[in-house]
Amino acid sequence: MADVQIMNGNQLIVEAALLAGCRFYAGYPITPSSEIPELLARRMPEVGGIFMQLEDEIASIIAAAAASYAGYKSMTASSGPGISLKQEGIGMACMMELPLVIVDVMRGGPSTGLPTRASQSDYMQARWGTHGDHMIIAVAPGTLLECYTQTIRAFNMAERYRTPVIILSDATLAHLSSGVTLPPPDTLEIVDRRQPTVEPENYRPYEISATNPVPPLPNRENFPRYRFHMTGLNKDATGFPTENATTVLADENRMINKIMDATADIESFEHYQLEDAQVAVIAYGSNANAARVAIKEARAQGLKVGMFRPITVWPFPFQQVMELGRKFKHIIVSEMNLGQMIHEVQRALQGRSELHCVLQAAGTPIRPQQILQKIREVSA
Amino acid sequence: MAFRCELRFAGVGGQGNILAGAIIAETAIIYEHRFATQVPTYTSQVRGGPTKADVIISDQSIEFPEATHLDFLLALDQRTYDMYKGDLKNHAVVLVDDNLVRVSAQERETWDIYEFPMIRTAKYEVGNVLTANILAVGMTVELTKVVDKEHVRKILHTRIRPALLEVNMKAFDLGLQAARSLQLQKLQQHAGTTTLLGHLVPAQDSSFVRDSASPR
Repeated sequence: MADVQIMNGNQLIVEAALLAGCRFYAGYPITPSSEIPELLARRMPEVGGIFMQLEDEIASIIAAAAASYAGYKSMTASSGPGISLKQEGIGMACMMELPLVIVDVMRGGPSTGLPTRASQSDYMQARWGTHGDHMIIAVAPGTLLECYTQTIRAFNMAERYRTPVIILSDATLAHLSSGVTLPPPDTLEIVDRRQPTVEPENYRPYEISATNPVPPLPNRENFPRYRFHMTGLNKDATGFPTENATTVLADENRMINKIMDATADIESFEHYQLEDAQVAVIAYGSNANAARVAIKEARAQGLKVGMFRPITVWPFPFQQVMELGRKFKHIIVSEMNLGQMIHEVQRALQGRSELHCVLQAAGTPIRPQQILQKIREVSA
Repeated sequence: MAFRCELRFAGVGGQGNILAGAIIAETAIIYEHRFATQVPTYTSQVRGGPTKADVIISDQSIEFPEATHLDFLLALDQRTYDMYKGDLKNHAVVLVDDNLVRVSAQERETWDIYEFPMIRTAKYEVGNVLTANILAVGMTVELTKVVDKEHVRKILHTRIRPALLEVNMKAFDLGLQAARSLQLQKLQQHAGTTTLLGHLVPAQDSSFVRDSASPR
């Protein structure tokens, strides 16, 4: 095993963020994400970046958004309760169209909940935690290697679509240590925000071209030459507030469609042994590993089962799940909560398949045996 | 037959059980080129809460890192032992600190149980109670042979601060010896004789066999 490094999920997110070009981090430590600020406090100065521990979660998200405004690739990290506090800032970054990566290492809840235990109960919070019509991108890494590769993707998508991107990790992945062989940096695509080509005095932060619904935004080098206004109010191309109904409606639609029209790039998922399967399991994040072991075991017992694993969990892979509904009579949804993604699955299946679930919000991971048992019941 | 071993290091926060698990997992990855995972769980209490680290070592990639069929359990606390023993396979090796953990007669029938006052030995024989986890690593390695003890020594050199290395190495060696003594005792009990054992087990310092009058 050449160049194998022993790292946990949080450490991998840190190294991937730095490789992706993250040079600003603001945060307030919270279990189970605390290794991220702990490590970045040391690593960020080594690469010439800025690390700030602020007085609370709200200040952290605002500082991270502000750094993005100033051209930095920027990140903050937290867990469930901290993400709840950050939601207003996330909405502001959506409205201002600021590239920003928010790591949510999920733990049990609501409130202080189970601070050190694994959970996937922020699935809906990631999508609908902030108010107002908006679209968000969220990725759920399922393996240690994906903690690395999906963090780089999160930065790339944030920059390309000028939007906050949420990484939904969980306590199991965050603290799981194992040997990882990282891909060579030169094999990884790093995306930087598109730069304005107009003279600074003519730059308008929300002016789009006929071919690209994502307006350019100055980077660190160009930011000092450009002066522009941003606000949480609905805005026009200049960045100043407007209440013109036509302008507002067009802008709201554009902000959603810049993401929804790019699903070919944003969507990512894994088909695992689905080809000859008669039952499909849908699972994501670390819980998909329990499903994978259950499927192997079920196949050893002659049961034909496969898995659909969304990696990009928001936008929801509606089309993909709809197609599963055409093919499978039985679909099992498993998640470490009391039922969140299952509602989206149900909507996409449109009653075509019989829906079953293995849900758990006990702080302990769902075991492969639990999913295997459901597979047996359904296959019988 | 594919190689797979599931180990759990359980106790209360502050005893160093997570580090003990990490040392075994790292040894397997770095020096034995096997797949290994280490996943710790702990409570929100800073000290005193039940803590465990699950370590899986395999020659195949490990999909699910929580141990569900334990081959080995280390327990340094009664409550944690009771919480986490349910995943043990029959005939699994169980190592407990007998000043802290009581094992039932039925459990003695089911599992291969070794009892040793690890914390007291660390405190009085090694001279630093904080080395109890490394002493436990030594016993674990000797009882399970899951990794090579010389490889563990190399990992200890990279994992432990130089100022504390010597005392931890002493704890590790005491752990190896203690485990060998316990194994010897068991063999003697089973065989009912000591005469055949000379060539099986190297000569031992029996001072590590627990004095039955020791404080519990």
